[in-house]
Amino acid sequence: MYILIAGGGKVGFHLAEELLREHHEVLVIERDSGRAAQVREELGGNVMVGDSCEATTLDAAGVSRADLVAAVTGDDEDNLVICDISRYRGVPRTIARINNPKNELLFTKRGIETTISATQAVLAQIEQELPTQQMIPLLQLHNGLELIEIKLPETSPVAGRSVREVLLPAESLISLIVDPGGVPRMPSGDTRLSPGDALVIVSRKESLGILKEQLIGSTHGLDT
Amino acid sequence: MNVIVMGCGRLGSRIAGMLDAEGHSVTIMDINENAFRRLPEGFRGRRAIGNGMDAHTLEKHGIQQADAFFALTQGDNRNCFASQMAREVYGVKRVLCRIYDPVREEIFRDLGLETFSPTSFGAQIMVDMLRKEPARK
Repeated sequence: MYILIAGGGKVGFHLAEELLREHHEVLVIERDSGRAAQVREELGGNVMVGDSCEATTLDAAGVSRADLVAAVTGDDEDNLVICDISRYRGVPRTIARINNPKNELLFTKRGIETTISATQAVLAQIEQELPTQQMIPLLQLHNGLELIEIKLPETSPVAGRSVREVLLPAESLISLIVDPGGVPRMPSGDTRLSPGDALVIVSRKESLGILKEQLIGSTHGLDT
Repeated sequence: MNVIVMGCGRLGSRIAGMLDAEGHSVTIMDINENAFRRLPEGFRGRRAIGNGMDAHTLEKHGIQQADAFFALTQGDNRNCFASQMAREVYGVKRVLCRIYDPVREEIFRDLGLETFSPTSFGAQIMVDMLRKEPARK
């Protein structure tokens, strides 16, 4: 299959890598020439610099003979336009990454398949509840595992306790603690948790809510 | 008519002012409150601060009751996106969309939007001007 990937960020890059491994013909279109050079270095020559929202760019990439276009930029409006133009040029199948889950209906109505970034969805949920962002999704690992960072606030229910005393959800692990001075430590059971510590944690997507409550505490009563 | 105008730039503020003067019920929307300074004095319509690409914001400001929607932000893709949303999700009868890029404008016109490209329109007018005799005294 000939597959066009619009957007050479993390998602686009890993998708291209995977598809090349499966012996598809792949071309990544990336707007930023610096980022494109990075991707080219990793993937070989399968990268083109250009704005995928421009029909002329898509034409130059041979969109009309593409079997599939995957629009995976960080902007939903760009992804919609890329898929719309591709379909107009006769591409049979288009897939868009959606960053805001609320936009799913529109894409479905336009006949575009969608994939929601789980990390983004969780983040959107959390952002609505927290006055400041204290929980940051860092990376999605395999099998539903996520790497996140939580910064302990002054009011953290676990402040002053040792790691051993904190009963985390199943398959959750504090893998690194960076203290307010920026010094990283491998935690042991005796390591005491203090406000200002940044905890890098491996956990499951479905446990993030519990983790937040345990380590950051309830946000009720705070100004939002 | 109930009209929502997204983007209070030069064009958006002017259109909102004209429709308001004609007696229509106008809501002008912009993410930047400061943009409303461009509205003409005595503008009676509603000023809504918010992102017209957000479903929740659109609903809050009455997209379900709108008869017409203008997409006039500086971003072609934002305009296309919001227009599709107004038309496909909320069934707004008249959706008018500005698209600077003439190629994109043609495509989205074919896809069923009422589009307008100031670029191709302006180019045509200026070339016509050149062909005519200058209006000198």
